[in-house]
Amino acid sequence: MVTFILNGREVKAEEGTTILQVAEANNIYIPTLCNHKALEPAGLCRLCTVELFDGRRKRFVTSCNYPVWTGMEVNTDSEEVIRHRKMLIELLLARCPNNDYVNQLAEQFEVDAPRFKLDDDDCILCGLCVRVCERIGANAIDFSGRGTEMEVATPFETLAEACVACGACDFICPTGHIKLSEITDKEIRPILSEYNAGLTGRKPVYVPYAQAVPNIPAIDRSKCAHFLTGGCKICADFCPTGAIDHSQVDEEVEIEVGAIVLATGFRPFDPTQYDDYGYAKHPNVVTSVEFERILSSSGPWHGHLVRPSDEKEPKKIAWLQCVGSRDINHCDNGYCSGVCCMYAVKEAMIAKEHAKDGLDTAIFYMDMRTFGKEFEQYYNRAQEDGVRFVRSRIHSVDPVPATDNLVLGYVNEEGEAVSEEFDMVVLSVGMEAPPGVIELA
Amino acid sequence: MGVDLNHYNFAATSSFNPVETSKPGIYACGLLQGPKDIPLSVMEASAAAGAAASRLAGSRHTLIKEKTFPEERDVSAEEPRIGVFVCHCGVNISSVVRVPEVVEYAKTLPNVVFVQDNLFSCSTDAQAQLVDIIKQQDLNRVVISACSPRTHEPLFQETLRNSSLNKYLFEQANIRDQCSWVHAGDRDAATNKAKDLVRMAVARAALIEPLPLPSVTVNPAAMVIGGGVAGMTCARTLAQQGFKAHIVEKSDSLGGQALNLKKTWKGENIPKFLKNLVNDINRDKNIEVHLNGQVKETSGFLGNFKTTISINGDENIREIEHGVTILASGAHPIKPDEYFYGKSDRVFRWHELDEAWDTDLVKNGTSAVFIQCVGSREPQRPHCSKICCTFSVQKALELKERNPEMDVYIIYRDLRTYGEREDLYKEARAKGVIFIRFNPENKPVVEETEEGGLKVTVVDHVLQRPISLTPDFITLASAIETRGLDELAQMFKVPVSQDGFFMEVHMKLRPVDFATDGIFVCGLAHYPKPIDESIAQAQAAAARAATILAQKKIEVEGVVSTVDQSLCRGCGECVEACPYGAPELVEITEGVQVSQIQEALCKGCGACAVACPTGAAAIRHFTDHEVLTMVEAALCE
Repeated sequence: MVTFILNGREVKAEEGTTILQVAEANNIYIPTLCNHKALEPAGLCRLCTVELFDGRRKRFVTSCNYPVWTGMEVNTDSEEVIRHRKMLIELLLARCPNNDYVNQLAEQFEVDAPRFKLDDDDCILCGLCVRVCERIGANAIDFSGRGTEMEVATPFETLAEACVACGACDFICPTGHIKLSEITDKEIRPILSEYNAGLTGRKPVYVPYAQAVPNIPAIDRSKCAHFLTGGCKICADFCPTGAIDHSQVDEEVEIEVGAIVLATGFRPFDPTQYDDYGYAKHPNVVTSVEFERILSSSGPWHGHLVRPSDEKEPKKIAWLQCVGSRDINHCDNGYCSGVCCMYAVKEAMIAKEHAKDGLDTAIFYMDMRTFGKEFEQYYNRAQEDGVRFVRSRIHSVDPVPATDNLVLGYVNEEGEAVSEEFDMVVLSVGMEAPPGVIELA
Repeated sequence: MGVDLNHYNFAATSSFNPVETSKPGIYACGLLQGPKDIPLSVMEASAAAGAAASRLAGSRHTLIKEKTFPEERDVSAEEPRIGVFVCHCGVNISSVVRVPEVVEYAKTLPNVVFVQDNLFSCSTDAQAQLVDIIKQQDLNRVVISACSPRTHEPLFQETLRNSSLNKYLFEQANIRDQCSWVHAGDRDAATNKAKDLVRMAVARAALIEPLPLPSVTVNPAAMVIGGGVAGMTCARTLAQQGFKAHIVEKSDSLGGQALNLKKTWKGENIPKFLKNLVNDINRDKNIEVHLNGQVKETSGFLGNFKTTISINGDENIREIEHGVTILASGAHPIKPDEYFYGKSDRVFRWHELDEAWDTDLVKNGTSAVFIQCVGSREPQRPHCSKICCTFSVQKALELKERNPEMDVYIIYRDLRTYGEREDLYKEARAKGVIFIRFNPENKPVVEETEEGGLKVTVVDHVLQRPISLTPDFITLASAIETRGLDELAQMFKVPVSQDGFFMEVHMKLRPVDFATDGIFVCGLAHYPKPIDESIAQAQAAAARAATILAQKKIEVEGVVSTVDQSLCRGCGECVEACPYGAPELVEITEGVQVSQIQEALCKGCGACAVACPTGAAAIRHFTDHEVLTMVEAALCE
């Protein structure tokens, strides 16, 4: 145990801890730009400099990497320390006069116009990006050049092959200097949330959904940087209970049973293959599963009815039935999925409830199959509540130029060709045998 | 695994064993077996469990780890220490009700020593935390302000038991359904109402007392009302698991509606299946069949029912004791009063076509018409009878197969060949069956021609003009409805839906259970359905019933009525008022009668307490004092 004086007060700390850590534990704020809990301290930005009296003389040390020792006296906010910080910020402001982050710092430290020659950079050389890349295990970027020429760069300033496109450098950079597109040309794809049907992203360490059983985060090994590079493990540093163990491996367990029940479920039909409906091209053509998430209070917009392209409330929505069911042209699903008529009616009714100022809903169908207990009554109620039911198989969905709307062409029951514009189109996708079922069987 | 799949890669199963795969001992349920909705998936899940349990009956009660609760803490001498937990329910509550404000308000209420908000109070981690907080804060009453006690009270009560508290030391304020949902447009009003409800709950919580947790022994026998395929399947599934089953059948033979059927939609032979099933039933020592049987009266409760049946009129009365009851009383096709039915012998109901199959009229006819939705999807009978579209398409196909030259028309509204039955519809169109759609405003018209033949006029949906058909015979897809269900429903105290079918507790969560414990439903009495779904449902009902029959003792509700016998004058009003027969008059000394509650029969409805003129009858956990205190709390600021 080490005992020393911090801002005039005696404090105790573990051997080996730094002044910054002890200050933090004692609720004393020391500003820093280059310190990060996940990274080794580097002493690069010098903003955390504090005054240290060793019994004989006064000196200035960077608190982030200076270990404490018994008998020392530390002052974190002496006049000289504050003058020192202001000077550093003034220099940074001269270097990056047009950067929002640096301007905020200047405001925080009450620094006005710098007295030095103005540059137009936006990198403060804190090195967070370089160190996090090293920690991730990719080592795709580093400092290059010396003195005033120093900068963060890829090897030979070409696109880095070593980059794994994890985006940690971009994420950690405080000024917005780092642009992933300047480091790699690898495709940067967000990890889509399975729970929200791909409407939102998720992290490699994630709880599948609120109230998941068990309600414990899982690591997606196909996306986690550690399993891609062998580095990182930053999450383990942050976990307060030490629960993360990257060395766990899958186990094979043998269980003796007398009977097996197969209940592996289904896969919703993927309408990407339906070119005519433009699911892959138009953001406002969504599947019924996606629409279900849009309506859900735990969904991407907390149950507010908006369409994906501009997050505005739609005024007109169409449902197209039998997408991937009763169809042997686009797919081999000759069967009726048996649930889509009912869920389309339900989605239309709930959408009407959620819409603030009126919503026109139209369901385009071949046969309404509301055959279950009390289903027919619900269908009748939907008709009374103004859900339109149009008996027609839609042949195509086309975008309306200069808007995000879609136009449907169809023949109505009177035999007339009609084209009608909608803000959003929901594809009532059918159900298929799940992948892997043949191997399982 | 060696399990066969069909051409759509769904598990191949037979209609008679809907959850059994091609490999013995491996069962399939849900979407894996074919497209279907949640209620049927849940039913099948129970059915698979039931079928698997029949196979494993021998090893029941081995490998079991019994759930135990810590010993209950005696709180009788303690001052109330109430913990209030306000739930966000994700954003279900917190998007309308200002939860932090409710939390601050709860802290100001009397006897409240701890208040906390939770994102989801019902999540596993929140439950574990609740146990810790109850112990740390030494709470002896818990108020959860969240969703509906209907769905979540049992969960929270179990958590209380896990923290050594009696489960009745719990109160729930429903600030979701009653605040954020109904007042979604008014945050202030919703928040204020949430505070009111919390204040009421806290006021009552201070008064509630622990109650004993009574348990009853279970009679391991089942009574199945109805000897159709559903009833027999249910009885057989239970018998295979080692339980005794009584089948009470109104008619003089087993079989029910299946006696009228020849083939399933997949083409399997129903008479052969039925014969085997009846043989199994008659051979099974665990099954007793009471033909020409009629339920006279029933009493008792979960685990201990007593039902009186009469056999062959009143000549033979029997009293049967049983632990569970399964209602499988079936349904019937209506006798239509339209389309010339009953007036011309060329007009059949759907099953009558099968009977006339080999007559000259049907065999040598050149034209046949099927009319769908006869009596179904009409204002007076709005339900869809579900099986008729498939039946008509199948019969149309068979007619075409026998005589490809025959003109076969199906006049329909929406063709509902759901699931893989769509294959039949596709085949029928390919083979030249002609489908003509009609609107209910423009129903087909059937007339008799001068020669005694039939003429059908219908507006064709493609041509948009009336066309005339002159079929040799017409088959009507007559609606399916129940008869005499109300009597059974009243006797067993179970509800009937507007359509006249038995109503389960919850379509998705408990599709074969009734709200009355120990009573289950399956087959056509629940809703029209094809034979495979009836069998799955019967197996499901058996599986659910077995969860009770397999227990020696079962815990029952402790919220029951009591009678203060010193106040009781023996007027019998409570006996009259009780729908469950719980109070009975007993003679305590000569000439002095007082009421006494049979706790196991009591559902805790409180009707006796309302009827009692002297205040002797009261319901525990909802005493006048508790309820009036809540009212007072509601009205004070």
